[in-house]
Amino acid sequence: MRVSIDEDGCVGAGQCVLAAPDVFDQRDEDGIVVLLDKEPGEHLHEATREAALLCPALVIHLAE
Amino acid sequence: MTEAPSKPTSGSFPTTRAEGCPFDPAVGYTELREKDPIARVECPAGIDAWLVTRYDDVRTVLSSPGLSSAVPVMGHANSEVDLTQAGTPGSIIQSDGEAHSRLRRLLTSEFTVKRIQALRPYIQQLIDDHIDAMLASDEPADLVRDFALPIPSLVICELLGVAYEDRDQFQRQSAILTSVDVAPEVSAQANGEIQQFVAQLVVSKMQAPTDDLISRLITRANESGQPLSVQELVVLALSLLVAGHETTANMIALSTVALLRNPDQLEELRANPDLVPSAVEEMLRYLSVVQFGLFRAITEDIPLGDETLRAGEWLVTSLASGNRDTSVFPDADSLDLKRKASAHLAFGYGAHQCLGQQLARVELQQVFSTLFTRIPTLRLAVPFEDLKFKDNTLVYGVRSLPVAWDART
Repeated sequence: MRVSIDEDGCVGAGQCVLAAPDVFDQRDEDGIVVLLDKEPGEHLHEATREAALLCPALVIHLAE
Repeated sequence: MTEAPSKPTSGSFPTTRAEGCPFDPAVGYTELREKDPIARVECPAGIDAWLVTRYDDVRTVLSSPGLSSAVPVMGHANSEVDLTQAGTPGSIIQSDGEAHSRLRRLLTSEFTVKRIQALRPYIQQLIDDHIDAMLASDEPADLVRDFALPIPSLVICELLGVAYEDRDQFQRQSAILTSVDVAPEVSAQANGEIQQFVAQLVVSKMQAPTDDLISRLITRANESGQPLSVQELVVLALSLLVAGHETTANMIALSTVALLRNPDQLEELRANPDLVPSAVEEMLRYLSVVQFGLFRAITEDIPLGDETLRAGEWLVTSLASGNRDTSVFPDADSLDLKRKASAHLAFGYGAHQCLGQQLARVELQQVFSTLFTRIPTLRLAVPFEDLKFKDNTLVYGVRSLPVAWDART
């Protein structure tokens, strides 16, 4: 699984951080998404899919 | 050139809940989802609007370009609203595109998961103090007045940097503002006073910044080269107050009623404290307190299902209906605290999804990890049938919640 994000569209809702804290974080200065792990291991796939589903701005893209 | 007319209206915007079912959305949504999910309806405000009621359609349309939020929040539901009025300058809720992104980006750092987690001890202390006060008092308790309203109000005070000595006054005024039982002139006066109070707060932070949201917001905007005016700062601070106070307060009280009415679920929660986060998501889904949905103006044609929503028309997406869509939430009309409900629509969807959602979550999580543990015998002090609910307000809830408990022996 490869994860990519569109920072410009991020609205800083924090849903991805709640769903998959090992894969996503938020910048302290503006709350925008930080991708911690571009190729999360299999044990993180479900949480990562959940994050992509919950993102209200649809900026998390998964290639599986 | 004349446009082909949109499909005719098929009925009225649902506004009335079934007798004895205060947790269920207004009657009519179930049928709309099944038979006319992208409907044209007549709204209480006298306009016709598209009404989108299925979960997937609500998400699709709220993430489409071609929608404007620069409209009165209750424009469809309140006949006294002037629909020719555009958004308020500085309002993060009623702005679009670049103007909205700029305001939102100035605020998102204040509401990150990390930042809000750090508020947990403060919130817990507030909860404990209010429970202590209720337990110690000889007066009959009203959980709305004594617990649900003051806690989120004091959290907002802390965030905005309201001085301790001013918090009582701030709380009194915001309680009046959120009440449906006060005379219009009393409410208007409280509104004026709170505007003035917030304006003074903003000016004082401009002159002498301290370590709080408003001060940091002023600095951040100045550093970006586009300073915010006093007026914009007042509107922003007021929208944080309104959005962060009444919504959470109503969720605290209404969720308490829902748990008391679903004793098997309450037992599950007591037996398994780890259930609290998912229980909170489920209560957000089940209760969907933003009861009249989200009102938008359509600015570019949006294809949706078999319909085309046309520029110039009005749109309402029903969050409460989407949250009861059985194709996404099986047995959606039941409260099931073990359900995986986190994809609910209670915080909206799209670029305007609730900025303060992490704060609301943490407040509700702390409340429901504490309330029934500290007061295990908590119960209604009046018959359930006597409770009065807020059927006409933007945010749904219970007006007052008389509660009692067994004295410790």
